[in-house]
Amino acid sequence: MKVDFEVNGRAVSVDVTPRMTLADCLRHELNLTGTHIGCEHGVCGACTVIVNGDAVRSCLMLAVQAKGAEVTTVEGLSLEEGLTPLQEAFKRHHGLQCGFCTPGMLTTLHALLSEEPEASEERIRDVISGNLCRCTGYIPIIEAAMDARAAYQQARGDK
Amino acid sequence: MKSSTHPQNTYIGGHVERVEDYRFLRGEGQYLDDISRPGQWHAAFLRSSLAHGTIRKIDASAALAMPGVHAVMTAADIEGNIPTIPFRRPNPTIGPYAQPIIAREKVRYFGEPIAMVLADTAELAEDALQHVVVEIDALPAVIERVHAMSDAVLIFEDTKTNIPTVFNAEKGDIEAAFAGAHYVIRDQFATQRQTALPMETRGLLAEWDAQLGQLTVSGAAKLPFFNRTTMANMMNLPEEAVDYIELDVGGGFGARGEFYPEDYLLALGARKFNRPIKWIEDRREHLMAIGHSREASCDVELAFSKEGVILGMRGDLYINIGAYVRPNGMTPVRNAAQFMSGPYRIPAIDLDAHAFVSNKTPAGTYRGPGRYEGCFFIERLMDQAAGALGIDRLELRRRNLLTHEEMPYPLATVLPSDGRAETQCDSGDHREPFETVVKESNWAEKAHLQGQLIDGRYHGMAIGSFIEGGASGPQENVRMQLEADGIVSLYAGSSAIGQGLETVLAQIAADYLELPMERIRVFHGSTTYLKQGWGSYGSRATVMGGNAVIDAAKKLLGEFRLHAAKRLGLAPEELTITEGVARAADGRSVPLVEVAKDGINVDGFFKNQTPTYTYGSAFAHVAVDPGTGHIEILDYVVADDVGRIINSMTLHGQVMGAAVQGFGSVFSEELVYNDEGQLLVGSLADYLIPLATDYPVVRCISLENYPSPTNPLGAKGAGEGGIIPVGGVVANAVANALSSLGVQPKILPLSPSRVWELIEDARARA
Ligand code: FES
Ligand code: FES
Repeated sequence: MKVDFEVNGRAVSVDVTPRMTLADCLRHELNLTGTHIGCEHGVCGACTVIVNGDAVRSCLMLAVQAKGAEVTTVEGLSLEEGLTPLQEAFKRHHGLQCGFCTPGMLTTLHALLSEEPEASEERIRDVISGNLCRCTGYIPIIEAAMDARAAYQQARGDK
Repeated sequence: MKSSTHPQNTYIGGHVERVEDYRFLRGEGQYLDDISRPGQWHAAFLRSSLAHGTIRKIDASAALAMPGVHAVMTAADIEGNIPTIPFRRPNPTIGPYAQPIIAREKVRYFGEPIAMVLADTAELAEDALQHVVVEIDALPAVIERVHAMSDAVLIFEDTKTNIPTVFNAEKGDIEAAFAGAHYVIRDQFATQRQTALPMETRGLLAEWDAQLGQLTVSGAAKLPFFNRTTMANMMNLPEEAVDYIELDVGGGFGARGEFYPEDYLLALGARKFNRPIKWIEDRREHLMAIGHSREASCDVELAFSKEGVILGMRGDLYINIGAYVRPNGMTPVRNAAQFMSGPYRIPAIDLDAHAFVSNKTPAGTYRGPGRYEGCFFIERLMDQAAGALGIDRLELRRRNLLTHEEMPYPLATVLPSDGRAETQCDSGDHREPFETVVKESNWAEKAHLQGQLIDGRYHGMAIGSFIEGGASGPQENVRMQLEADGIVSLYAGSSAIGQGLETVLAQIAADYLELPMERIRVFHGSTTYLKQGWGSYGSRATVMGGNAVIDAAKKLLGEFRLHAAKRLGLAPEELTITEGVARAADGRSVPLVEVAKDGINVDGFFKNQTPTYTYGSAFAHVAVDPGTGHIEILDYVVADDVGRIINSMTLHGQVMGAAVQGFGSVFSEELVYNDEGQLLVGSLADYLIPLATDYPVVRCISLENYPSPTNPLGAKGAGEGGIIPVGGVVANAVANALSSLGVQPKILPLSPSRVWELIEDARARA
């Protein structure tokens, strides 16, 4: 069956089976392989994408459910070239090692900080506790998020 | 003449941001599941649902009839003997315990591969698994130590015992040590079965080129060259006909990249059907199929003099290695025996480490193999001994920690030899990180909190120490090539598993070539780059690869000198080389890029059979809630001396990440089996690794007071140390917190329910 939605600002129309997850659709039909799959049962958060502004686990959502939605993946968060302030902060604070959890961390934090640019450390920690990282111990990820808040605050101010 | 190879040292030791981050942060990393080939088939594995049994029948006809299903391969598709997985560190007695790459008559663990289904998509292959009929007659499952070691049920009917090897670690006169002891402590401890759990599950893509007779395996990690040799032998191909390609890897921690049964089956399928075959493990499968580790117990004693000086250590260690001896399944066993003495001066040692088989998933290594277990055992003994001897816990350690004057310090000799019977700590003074931690933790100011009940929680503290082996030999190779645009391409045999290898090798190359890092491009891990290489295991990539880079850099500059001299019509010695330019006394000069067209290509290598020993200490401050058994880590400080810091940022990342993994080991991660040998842990909701909210405080301090004398860089391995002391230090802090109740934790994990029970039992006794 056909499903139409928007990915990273681009209208797409994909032929999917009823049981295909949004994660598989993004990765294998649309070739957006930045979204990773670490468990397929909703625990690890590696597959997190932004659907209509909310961070969503794309392994728990069917592609057909994305009908009409606006979906943003890590590729959509990235600039043509260079790094966004959030990505820069991850690099500066060594918020990634193997990089496998990173796209999910970035999408989750982008959704959070876009809504709540003043989020406290505790709030950030709490939200990120739904995303597993086996490499970093999380501490540098939290530091990166704290550091990136300024850019989101400024973006809000600019609006 | 000015030395042309003296490093400027502008990158080494710095806080250098990683070059690999750019692609990872933009979602442009390339992990195995990100690649696909036209016409590829997908594999799914049918795995034993019983822990132990005899296979009666396999009927795949219904599965084969399904649309999109192309083949079901079983043991019947393999002519003659079923090949077994080779050992990386063989010893004389383990031969009969090797794992056949697919089960034929018998299954010996829950999850053992029985059949491989090949279909158009992964979903279809998985669907088809449900339609393969397998009949297995159950045999009694052997799960725990006493049953296994009784040999009442032999897991390998052609052997006489379930104990493939007993390693003995020996040193000094043990009888005399115990005969002369003022005090002896003896106790039993145990650590639970765990796994490394990288966030990316395993996977491989096998491709066969029928015209060239060439097999390409993508998804290599850790040991691309060893695995290539293994695969070539098993497939009856010359080594050059097999390539292992390394992509980005979502974590390894010792478990990923060993040769697994699936590797061979996928290659076999690719050749048989002349199709690319891809397989991605799902998480449930991962938990039952990837190497397990850490299931160890012991009964050991330590002898002390009146002054608290350790005189000797003896006893038995028991390691449940699961159903088969896997390539490095014996590493944790022999390590536990050799490294249990850790940072302490122990003149007499006699430890027997018994490896026994059981009907559980075969074991391999997980970060700090055998060392984490041994450290837990000895640190628990040390704290209990301090209490009995009436000596302050820190003071007892000061009297026994190794000093600089004693280096190199020989550890116990381990037999049967697996190639590394004898070893010695190479350099260092173990008192220095210890005192650093005492100071940084503010021990003196916090000492009064020990055992206190504050706001309903008991507070406790502890400091423990560890050693970490690194720089596993024998050799590492790199190749450097000067490209037309003046960039230096560096091809390394070391493989990347998320540890920032590209950055670290580029830093070293840049410093020794005196070039900006942007002019170095690192390629690694694939067998296509080099004729020979080794990989990343045993904390070796930086030391072995890094020193090979130095060798190559020197050779490249040597070539540059020759070619530049020829251009200027001078003798090579007449030139001075700095920062990529060769200069003559008369003011003429040749930049590096100019000689690029001469085709400059050099090989560098570093040979070293002598391991390095990083060492350090860690502090934990805990608060224990007696009502729930929940433990909070209020502060954690770890200091280690790594000989030479290459990149302080990635080093801290390794230590911190390892420490937090260690908290998972201590508190929550456990691969639980029932009596029938069924693994009860099937998802990340059951296997509880640390979350962002769990352990917000870890402080790391890195020292470089004692460079390793074994290599020109002076570096030591550093990826594993952070995890080694966590069990012992945290358990001691918990014992300290609950000292008024007399609670002594002896079994990990310290889950809330176990801690609560310990407290309730202690109260009932009182
Ligand atoms: S893959 Fe979706 S939460 Fe793990
Ligand atoms: S960086 Fe490896 S899992 Fe997070």
